[in-house]
Amino acid sequence: MENTLLNTIHEKLLTKFGEAIISAEQSYDFPVFVIKTDSVFEVVKFLKEDPEMGFEFMTTLCGLHYPDNKGQELGVMYQLHNLPKNLRIRLKTFFPISDPKVQSMTPLFSSANWQERQEYDFYGIIFKGHPNLKRILNMDEMNYFPMRKEYPLEDGTRTDKDDKMFGR
Amino acid sequence: MEGKINIVPAPAGVEQPGFFATSLEKAVGLARKNSIWPLPFATSCCGIEFMALMASHYDLGRFGSERLSFSPRQADLLMVMGTIAKKMGPIVRQVYEQMAEPKWVLSMGACASSGGIFDTYSVLQGIDKIIPVDVYVPGCPPRPEQVIDGIMLIQDMIGKETFRRRHSPEYKDLMKNYGMESQ
Repeated sequence: MENTLLNTIHEKLLTKFGEAIISAEQSYDFPVFVIKTDSVFEVVKFLKEDPEMGFEFMTTLCGLHYPDNKGQELGVMYQLHNLPKNLRIRLKTFFPISDPKVQSMTPLFSSANWQERQEYDFYGIIFKGHPNLKRILNMDEMNYFPMRKEYPLEDGTRTDKDDKMFGR
Repeated sequence: MEGKINIVPAPAGVEQPGFFATSLEKAVGLARKNSIWPLPFATSCCGIEFMALMASHYDLGRFGSERLSFSPRQADLLMVMGTIAKKMGPIVRQVYEQMAEPKWVLSMGACASSGGIFDTYSVLQGIDKIIPVDVYVPGCPPRPEQVIDGIMLIQDMIGKETFRRRHSPEYKDLMKNYGMESQ
């Protein structure tokens, strides 16, 4: 069942978008498609508005950071849901950390507004066309993007964790 | 119940039929320590434990703290309970600054006292980085008994507080350390 879903959507996308579809694979119960950054908005629009597709609910989106993936360090993952048929798929797109820009999904899904702000907040991904792209969870004064892998998770001002006591 | 009611003992003084003499400081201390108005600043699970503390089983009302003050201007004791994110820090500080002297602070639980398990960039590593703290109650979360013990320590401090302490150079220095003016 899932594999037919993967194949049907893959064929549909290939005929419509051709080379913009980089790869398609089954990851557990999720069909996962990797899409070129320039086309991701059009692909999501098609998946939402095409009557046969009907993925009209965006469950979530999140940022990705793979520092070893040179030239494609940052990315965004989208999860779409076809509510009447209860089908779910996942889309990914990758772009270089030097130019972290991707089209905003806010014209299609209002719920993308805060989620894109969150990914901007944590990864510094610029969503083109977002109506209000500013930090949402962290302090406005914060001057870096904390979920990028080069920044330590731990807080530098912690005084009670010392190597003598914790054997690190 | 056998009708046994505990009444707070009188401070040291001179007692004769018809009068009782003690120092004003002791009388005021006695009144203050048995009528603390706490301001609950509850941000997470310690706040849930605080609800148990206020409810009938543990009943902080027995210690004169029946009345919670949700306005900092009428509160005596700031109880910070739970993780304070760095974004919340300035708010805790503002609440503290709005309280009138004399004021005390109780830090409940590991997170408020030291950041607890949240050794992370977004969490304040102990509220004593931004406001002075009188009593720390450890635990994750502490049992209500522990918090009662902490409140009793605060009561002890309040009972012994001299009128001059808040005008002392030590206190002014302490406030200066935190970048605040003492009133």
